[in-house]
Amino acid sequence: MARSKNKGSQEVNAGSMADIAFLLLIFFLVTTQIATNKGLTLLLPPKNEDDEPLEIKQNQKNVFKIQINSADLLLVEDEPLDDVTLIRDMVYDFVLNFGNPSSTKKGSDNVSDVDVYNSLPASMKSYITRSLGKDDSSDGPGAAIVSLKADRGSSYEIFIQILDELNAAYNRIYGERVGITDEEFRKLNRTDPKEKEMYDRARMGIPKAISIAEPSSQGG
Amino acid sequence: MSKFKKKSESSQDIPTAALPDIIFMLLFFFMVTTVLRETEIKVEQRIPRAEQLVKLEKKKLVTYLYVGKPKDKSMGTEALIQANDAFIGIDGIINWINQEKSNLSEAERDQITVSMKVDNETKMGIIVDIQTELRDANARKIMYATPQKSEDN
Repeated sequence: MARSKNKGSQEVNAGSMADIAFLLLIFFLVTTQIATNKGLTLLLPPKNEDDEPLEIKQNQKNVFKIQINSADLLLVEDEPLDDVTLIRDMVYDFVLNFGNPSSTKKGSDNVSDVDVYNSLPASMKSYITRSLGKDDSSDGPGAAIVSLKADRGSSYEIFIQILDELNAAYNRIYGERVGITDEEFRKLNRTDPKEKEMYDRARMGIPKAISIAEPSSQGG
Repeated sequence: MSKFKKKSESSQDIPTAALPDIIFMLLFFFMVTTVLRETEIKVEQRIPRAEQLVKLEKKKLVTYLYVGKPKDKSMGTEALIQANDAFIGIDGIINWINQEKSNLSEAERDQITVSMKVDNETKMGIIVDIQTELRDANARKIMYATPQKSEDN
């Protein structure tokens, strides 16, 4: 009699164990943050003692000047600008201006501006011939440089906003060149040979020339 | 008929004894794989958002610099640079980079990427100074770590 009763409660009731473990699991899932390695990348120029002459050699029309003063006000191409988001289109037009494309091959890719122009899709070509090609803007993407000069007193926030706009402009150019959106271009996985080829094709001959100029020490 | 009935009765509920084990396994997996933050951040970190983010592929090559006002109010309100667990001055950056580089293998040393997490209100002066030092230390790849800007703003 007693024996059969014992039989029923021999095992420990493990039903709630799963609930406890679930609780712990959910706690860890919620509290752990996976470190995100995302941000705006920038390649600094190599260490060089006398890099000043480089700036002077550049023709002024090939430099897109953005200046920020200590009150976070912008001066773009020597004219004040209030809306940061306009920079994207201005840089897009500036880089793709092809005012006087050179046919000399240069750079690590060994392509000329004319080659770059010929490699563009028809929609971009027609846009360039229709509304770009101005004499007072850049000669071609190989020569175009965007110069960002921030005062020492300007805030990091506006700097990031502008850097974001510049990257947006370049990513749009790269993306359009191979027929994808800028977002798709950013997400290209460079370890995949097929996507790497696309990435290289998009960037060939159009260097992302963003120069962070030494700021003036004082003033605004 | 009665025989058949008895058999089905004995296997009516699913044995759940193995369920905790499975859940525990998942739990341990998450506990082991998640890396807790090794360094305590001593500077304010309200990082501006950006849209055009790029993901870094090789995590091993990334080192972190934190820049912002110190959380400890007694240390003043000037932005400070934190590397690993300590504050460093502008002139300490080259040393610190060389130290970080010595942790990497010979071939990877030039590919070191410095991820900078900078507070909103930091002035550009200190950022530019850091950039100059990094250039001198031959750590040319830098990244401004930012969270993704959400679609609606």
